Amino acid sequence: MSKHPLRTQKIAFFLLLVATLLIVVPVGLIVVVIIQKGWPAVNWQFLSEMPRQGMRAGGIFPAIVGTLYLVTGAILFALPIGLLAAVYLSEYAKDNILTRSIKLAIVNLAGVPSVVYGLFGLALFVVFFKFGASILSGSLTLGIMILPLIITASREALEAVPYSFREVSLSLGASKWQTIRHIVLPNAIPGIITGTILGLGRAAGETAPILFTVAAFYLPRLPQSVFDQAMALPYHLYVISTQVPNVDEKVRYGTALVLLSMVLFMNLVAIIIRYRFRKKKKW
Amino acid sequence: MPNALHNTIARPVIEVRKLNLWYGDFRALKDVSAAFRENMITAIIGPSGCGKSTLLRTFNRMNDLVEGVRTSGSIMVDGVNIIGSDADLIDLRKKVGMVFQRPNPFPLSVSENILFGLKIHGLVSERNELDAIVEKSLRAVLLWDDLKDRLSKSALSLSLEQKQKLCIARLIAVKPEVLLMDEPCSTLDPQATARIEELMRELKRDYTIIIVTHNMQQAARVSDEAGFMLLGEMVEFGATAQVFTAPRDKRTEDYITGRYG
Repeated sequence: MSKHPLRTQKIAFFLLLVATLLIVVPVGLIVVVIIQKGWPAVNWQFLSEMPRQGMRAGGIFPAIVGTLYLVTGAILFALPIGLLAAVYLSEYAKDNILTRSIKLAIVNLAGVPSVVYGLFGLALFVVFFKFGASILSGSLTLGIMILPLIITASREALEAVPYSFREVSLSLGASKWQTIRHIVLPNAIPGIITGTILGLGRAAGETAPILFTVAAFYLPRLPQSVFDQAMALPYHLYVISTQVPNVDEKVRYGTALVLLSMVLFMNLVAIIIRYRFRKKKKW
Repeated sequence: MPNALHNTIARPVIEVRKLNLWYGDFRALKDVSAAFRENMITAIIGPSGCGKSTLLRTFNRMNDLVEGVRTSGSIMVDGVNIIGSDADLIDLRKKVGMVFQRPNPFPLSVSENILFGLKIHGLVSERNELDAIVEKSLRAVLLWDDLKDRLSKSALSLSLEQKQKLCIARLIAVKPEVLLMDEPCSTLDPQATARIEELMRELKRDYTIIIVTHNMQQAARVSDEAGFMLLGEMVEFGATAQVFTAPRDKRTEDYITGRYG
C-alpha cells in the first residue's frame, strides 16, 4: 500500500489525462497536416474539372461525383432493408434460435474486413449477376458493408422508445403495426438518421470494397448509367499516391482534404441531429 | 340519486366468472368472480401482489402482452365473452380504455394526443369536427380552460396532473364505455389527487369506472362498490360502505384496520 495516497492520486490523474490527450493528438495532426498541405490545391477548378495529364493536373470532379453516386446507391439499398430488419428484430422477433442466429450474423457481418466485402462483391455482383464492374455492383457491396451499422443503430433507436408508449397505444385499440407506424418509428427516426449518416461516412471512405467492383483507375468523364464504372475519391487517392509517378503533393493532399471534409461533414450532421433530438426529448 | 336506488337499477357492464390466470406456473388469479356495474365507480383494493392490477388488465386483455399467460373462466363485456382467441381486441379496447399509473402522453401536441385514437380507428373527419372533439374531450376532464391556448404545445410540457387528465381525455375521445384506472393518482400530490377524484365523480355519469388503488382512503372516498383481493382471490365484494364498515370476511377486516398490507 502506498504511504502517500494523495500523491499517488495526483500521479494517476496525470497519467489518465496524458492518455486522454494522446487521443486528440493524432486526430489533430491528421487534420492540420492535410489542411496545411491540401488547402493550396483546393479551388473551384479542382472541384469542378476533369483530371488531365494522367491525373497530374486538372480536377477531381468525376471522383467526387462517383463517390456521391456510390454512397447514394449504398444507402438506397441498405436503409430500407436495414430498417425493416431492425423493426422485425426489435418489435416482432421472439427470442429463439432463428433470432439469435440472425443477431449473431449481424455481429459477424460488422466484423468482416472490408477487403473481403470487395471480393464477395466481385464474385456475387460483378461475376455471378453479371453487373460487371459498375456503380450498381459497388453500391450493393458498400450497402452490404454498412447494413450491420444501420441495423444496429436502428434497433437501438427503436428499443429506446419507452415501452409505455407502445402499451398505451395498444390500449387505445391500435394494432401492433399502427403502434409501430405512428408511435415507435416517429420517435426512433432521429436515431435511425444518425446511424444512417454514420454509415454513409463509412461507405464514402472505404477503398477495398470498391476496388474490384466499380472503381476506375482513370476515367475523365461522368458515368452515364448504373452499369458504368466510376472514379471514387478513396481509390483515386490511392492511385495518385502510389500508382502514378510525379503527382504534385498538393494534389494528393487536396484530394485527401476533400474526402476528409465530406466524411467529417456527414459526421457533423449526424452529431447535430443527435444533439437537437436529445435536447427535445423529455421522457 | 340515493345510492341504494342507484344500485338496484345499474346493470353489470363487466361480469367476471371463475376467472383464473397463470403467469407460467404462478397462479395470479384464483376463481375470481365479480360484476362491475354501469355508471358506478368500483374500487379494487388489496396489498401489493394480490392480483388487482392483473385482474384490471384482463378487462382490456393487456395481459396478452406478457409471454406465457394463460387464462380460464369468462369475462362478459356487454354480454360478449372476451376471453379466448376469437375476441376482437381492437373493438374491446375501444370500448374498455385504460389510464395508467404513470401519466403517459405521447410526445405530441395536446390536440394530437387527443386525436390519436380517432386517427388509428379511421374516424378522422372534418377539421372543425376535430376541433370540436378536442374541446369536448378537454372540457370533460376539466382541462379546457387551462389548455385552450396551448393545444399545439407539446404534451410533455404539462404538469403531471394535467398530463394524467390529458390521458383521460385521450381515452374519452374514442368514446369508451368503461374506464380502467390503474393507480391513477400514485404519482400525484394530495391536491391533484383530490381533483382527479372529483373528475372521476363527474365522469361516472357517462362512464363505468374501475379503479385499482393502494390507497384505501381513496377507495372509500370515490367508490360505490369495492372488492378486496388477497393472494389472487376476490375475498369480498360489495357496496363500499359495507366493505369498509361491516366486512363479512375476517381478512378484509384485518386489511382495512391495518393489520397487514
